[in-house]
Amino acid sequence: MSSTPWWAAEDFWRKCAIFVTAFMALVLILLTFHSLAAIQSGAGRVPAYSVINHRIDYRMDSERGYQIPVIGAEAPLFGRKLTDAEAEQLVDLGKLTVQAKNCMNCHTLLGNGAYFAPDLTKSWLDPGWGNEQAREVLMTLFLKDPVANARTFGTGRSMPNMRLTDDEVRGVIAFLKWMSAVDTNGFPRGFEPLPQGGA
Amino acid sequence: MAEATADIAATEVRATPAAAKALSAAQRLALRYFLVAMVLFLVQMVFGLLAGLQFLMPDFLHGALDFNVNRMVHINAMIVWMLYGFIGSIYWLVEDEAGVPLVGIRLAQATFWVLTIAVAVVVIVFLVVQVGPGEMRSIWLINEGREYIEAPRWADIGIVLCMAAFFYNVAATFMKGRWSGISGTLVLDLIALAGLYFAGMFYTTNISVDQYWWWWVVHLWVEATWEVLVGCIMAWGLMKTLGVRRKIVTTWLYIEVALMFGSGILGLGHHYFWIGTPEYWLGIGGFFSALEPIPLVAMVVHAVYDAGRHGFQSNNHPALAWLIAHAFGNFLGAGVWGFIQTLPQINLYTHGTQWTASHGHLAFFGAYATIVVAFVYLALQRWRGDVWMSGGLPDKGRKWKWALALLNVGALGMTIALLIAGYEQSFTERAIGGSTWQAYFAGQTTVWFVQAMYWRMAFGVLMTVGLLLLLWDFLTIGRGETRAAKVVPGDANTR
Ligand code: HEC
Ligand code: HEM
Ligand code: HEM
Ligand SMILES: [Fe+2]
Repeated sequence: MSSTPWWAAEDFWRKCAIFVTAFMALVLILLTFHSLAAIQSGAGRVPAYSVINHRIDYRMDSERGYQIPVIGAEAPLFGRKLTDAEAEQLVDLGKLTVQAKNCMNCHTLLGNGAYFAPDLTKSWLDPGWGNEQAREVLMTLFLKDPVANARTFGTGRSMPNMRLTDDEVRGVIAFLKWMSAVDTNGFPRGFEPLPQGGA
Repeated sequence: MAEATADIAATEVRATPAAAKALSAAQRLALRYFLVAMVLFLVQMVFGLLAGLQFLMPDFLHGALDFNVNRMVHINAMIVWMLYGFIGSIYWLVEDEAGVPLVGIRLAQATFWVLTIAVAVVVIVFLVVQVGPGEMRSIWLINEGREYIEAPRWADIGIVLCMAAFFYNVAATFMKGRWSGISGTLVLDLIALAGLYFAGMFYTTNISVDQYWWWWVVHLWVEATWEVLVGCIMAWGLMKTLGVRRKIVTTWLYIEVALMFGSGILGLGHHYFWIGTPEYWLGIGGFFSALEPIPLVAMVVHAVYDAGRHGFQSNNHPALAWLIAHAFGNFLGAGVWGFIQTLPQINLYTHGTQWTASHGHLAFFGAYATIVVAFVYLALQRWRGDVWMSGGLPDKGRKWKWALALLNVGALGMTIALLIAGYEQSFTERAIGGSTWQAYFAGQTTVWFVQAMYWRMAFGVLMTVGLLLLLWDFLTIGRGETRAAKVVPGDANTR
């Protein structure tokens, strides 16, 4: 025993391992309580589902030094203002569809998923939809038949037809619109949204 | 013949060939786990090749076996085969470590079949049904649509039950026999590993909350609990292949646990930069995850130092070679490739690009595929009668050496190709193009990106050839060998 210095002793490191693990786990649990409260829908960083009744923009915030979502004037999705409950139901249908159709094994959402297709975090704001007036129609057409409406920019890599129902398409678009209003600390950077509302 | 020369100290390390012929029931079960693991490894490769090919030939199987299906099978086969490899390894070592036969062998055997049938059903549903309508029913029966843990909810519940049975086998065996530093660490780690799976077993509309918990499973598995699990396996493996003293491996194991959990638990924050979570994660995640390579360096030092101290005199050359590959692969794939994109200032541009795929491949291969392969060699040696597996094999060790080279060179080559692709992508799509739909394809069509996709395929083929060679070697190594395993004197008794 006397030949082993304390810093090489088994017992010292066992205690160290237990203490460090317990401490780090405790800190993570405390931070988790805080973070989960901060990312409830409507708590600020993550919008309420009824945000789909509004125009969403993505603009530079000089204080934070990067772009953040800006919730603007009323601009109901598909021209119909929804109650909070209806909005939640629609976004929920969209989220469920995204999972059941396994979109994340081609696309990334919030940057997580697969790298075969564009990131969908800001898809609602993508300049590819042209302008505010055309967007809902083009998105619906695209999601109903992504092969006929393919862009692929010369790659031929088109999205297969996921056979979404009309309701599922509406749900997916509501979900994408809601997600585009999540405050992601400036990810993606330098993204220029399509022109909206002359603002 | 060689029994006569084996002295008392050596028998601590090696059983005599005569006694070794009969494997215990738990060890035969371990071999079954390894068999399924290797079949799934091959499945993983095949679906990886299909997915990779679709980058180059987008019409290939379009609408029939789409990229998302191939990729899902690719990564799920991987997770499952690695878990099978770990479970097999633990069934293999538990009796030796506890000093008593496995408790509840019947339960263990039944669990194997339940789990394996469940896995087969899940894969068939993935391939045949593929996706479902936007209803909870799809989540329960077909596919949860969350990367790595796509298995439908019914299977989740089955997996948890099987894990509980497995845990009972292991913990009860140690309780009946004796505990050690390694087994204590292992059992506590298994509790955490299984418990984390629950974090992936619920549905929520809120994508930020969804991702928050999803990363608990993915990150706290691969960068915390799996690392410690393989640390335990490695500790046992070093004692067995090299005869390193128990006190030394145990102390190292504690050091690794302290460093790994000390950095890896809060290192989770490197996934909370951009998913809606508060800004403090930029600092916490960046800082702690930047420390994560430290325990991985420690593991390399430990393995290489021990191997060197014993003059690379092992009784199982292929196993030792793969253990060394594990130490370096873990350090490079996880430590270096993870580190290069872990600071938020860099991750902002690399997040969700081929950089991530580059790191994912080298890390999973380097850290986990390697150690399972090493363990399979250890098990095969016993199974074939505790035979000679050092230098001078009948085929001059050509098969295992070529398999080792092809798999590792293939993995490294693929990683470099993907890194180049990732660099082009983050530059063109992210930094210049601002991550729009059009910018995404601008990145995908740069010359170097496209070339990298070809190189990825070429190295993937190399890896697949390497795997076939490896499986061939598994089927043949030690067959008809008459020499007994080399006796490793060891530092002292390993108990
Ligand atoms: C097999 C892979 C695959 C799957 C699965 C898939 N997509 Fe796509 N998706 C693509 C590809 C490739 C493109 C680019 C198509 C093009 O340019 O024509 C795309 C484009 C899109 C776009 C437009 C791009 C943008 O930046 O806005 C949206 C929106 C979209 N997909 C949504 C979805 C949704 C929702 C699902 C799940 C229901 C889904 N995708 C499933 C491959 C896929
Ligand atoms: C053996 C251990 C590890 C394995 C198996 C592993 C594997 C992975 C995988 C598969 C992903 C992609 C997840 C996805 O699909 O979205 C990932 C992401 C990531 N890993 Fe690791 N990793 C390991 C260790 C590390 C370490 C030690 C670090 C840091 C030092 C690290 C840093 C990262 C980062 C920053 C990401 C996020 C990439 C992004 O933003 O897209 N990883 N890891
Ligand atoms: C034949 C060789 C292989 C090929 C061609 C291949 C191909 C692929 C492809 C195309 C993807 C999808 C990437 C994307 O979304 O763009 C992928 C993902 C992945 N593969 Fe492989 N793969 C191979 C072998 C392996 C091996 C041996 C491992 C690990 C042991 C592995 C682990 C992974 C992981 C972890 C991911 C997810 C990465 C992420 O999300 O970042 N693959 N692979
Ligand atoms: Fe991580």
